[in-house]
Amino acid sequence: MITTIEPGLFTTIQDQGRWGFQAYGMPISGAMDRYASQVANLLVGNRPDAAVLEMTGAGGTFKFDEKQMVAVCGGDMQGLLNHMPISNWSAFIVPRRGILRFDTAVSGYRTYVAVRGGFEVPVVLGSRSTCTPVKIGGHEGRVLRQGDVLHVGRDMECKTQLGSLAEGYIPQYVSQVQLRVILGPQDTMFGSAALDAFFCSSYKVTKQSDRTGYRLKGPKIKHLGSADIISEAVWLGAIQVPVHGMPFIMTADHQTTRGYAKLGSVIRGICPSWSRPSRVTAFVFCAVQKKRQLKSCKKSRKVIEI
Amino acid sequence: MTENIHSIRILVAGEHGLVIEFGSVIAPEINLRVQQLARLLHFEPIHGIMEVIPTYRSVSIYFDPLVITRQELSRQVIHMLGRIEHQDVEDLLSSRVVHVPVCYGGVLGPDLEYVSRYTGFSPQEVIGIHTSKPYMIYMLGFIPGFPYLGGMSSEIAVPRQERSRERIPGGSVGIGGNQTGFYPIESAGEWWLIGRTPIKAFDFTSDNPFLFSVGDYLHFEEISTAEYFAIRRSVEKGTYIPEVSYL
Repeated sequence: MITTIEPGLFTTIQDQGRWGFQAYGMPISGAMDRYASQVANLLVGNRPDAAVLEMTGAGGTFKFDEKQMVAVCGGDMQGLLNHMPISNWSAFIVPRRGILRFDTAVSGYRTYVAVRGGFEVPVVLGSRSTCTPVKIGGHEGRVLRQGDVLHVGRDMECKTQLGSLAEGYIPQYVSQVQLRVILGPQDTMFGSAALDAFFCSSYKVTKQSDRTGYRLKGPKIKHLGSADIISEAVWLGAIQVPVHGMPFIMTADHQTTRGYAKLGSVIRGICPSWSRPSRVTAFVFCAVQKKRQLKSCKKSRKVIEI
Repeated sequence: MTENIHSIRILVAGEHGLVIEFGSVIAPEINLRVQQLARLLHFEPIHGIMEVIPTYRSVSIYFDPLVITRQELSRQVIHMLGRIEHQDVEDLLSSRVVHVPVCYGGVLGPDLEYVSRYTGFSPQEVIGIHTSKPYMIYMLGFIPGFPYLGGMSSEIAVPRQERSRERIPGGSVGIGGNQTGFYPIESAGEWWLIGRTPIKAFDFTSDNPFLFSVGDYLHFEEISTAEYFAIRRSVEKGTYIPEVSYL
């Protein structure tokens, strides 16, 4: 049993997402930083899709009734185990009655806690992910509150030893992230001046950003005509530009359909720098050729398979 | 059929997606082609596809690029399109009509008076027009179970509210522009709310969590306040079975 002493700013249970129901309007949800959540599971020998805690901005305090193997990955929230600093990207043992405490993120913005066996909450439509806009999944479909009790499941996959992720695989949480973009399907609704502005500028991630998307601020992207299209599906990483001209990148809890022109899509791969921005983040974009896409994707998968 | 296979566009949707676009307008014949492809992909799934999302005029396909390449997926989809090109879409039409009971006006439909004033029809005439025929469900999206309906009479069209309401109760039936529909769960929105239904279009505790499928018809039917609360009680108890008929 793990008791929430302090919930943190916005702490939810997430896994790799609720796939298969977008045709009915159900968001995918899942960890924003899928790389960090998968590595956390890997370090404690869990299945990659075991449920983890996702903490945002500032983390919580948790009391463990039993001895547990735990891994913390993602942004640095100055984690303390019984007042002693922990190392991120490593597995460690929390003793019986141990207290794991997090503070404000000093690098990155989202931090993941995996326990061996995963967090046991009901599977809703094939996933344990919390989708707060729809109020389903995770712990009662909501962010954790003080006093919430979490149970440990059985989603382990293999034996493992205490260890850390090799240095070379630990991502840097930098304040300016370069994102690669595949144009389409509505890039022709923007003039070349607008596209030049987009690819030559830096866009700030605004405070209004949340799990549904990154609202960006920077030079305005002008449409040649209307900003609207007939409502159609949107996807993780899609960059839509509403009539006000500020780009919006769809993330985990995005709505399944929208009616704004999409300039392009961020290449996510499985090691997506786009999903782990730092607290103060700006994005710069570059357009890519198709051939590089799969290469980057395969490289990321290799990281996970190690 | 005005659309043919040669006017279909296959567009890139990031590294994991394809969009098969059948046209650039909202029209039943285009949407039927969308449904036709989505249905075929459902019954004859292509290995590597993660999701198929039919919308007004396009089908979005998300795939795992480590399992299937974009070129191979496109090739197989084009092959499927060739197979269905000459199929009569009328054969594929769903005839399922889901009846949605609605209590109009009053506290459950606070904007019925406004819609009445705007359109010049009496509240009862607005209800009469709104319930006069079944609407086709073109697509689902936005929030879980939300049906995008076609075919509302332009006589009762009212421009959307300029500001979004933060919290619209689940079940609220509204009109916005030329569209009508209802919010299955609490949501923000800009529609004028003319009534409320006690039934659930999305219930994650149910074996069939989504009431509607793309291609179904939805027929709004007026009920009294007493009926609204009676049905709501039986929905809460899990004993309510939505009425379904066939065209």
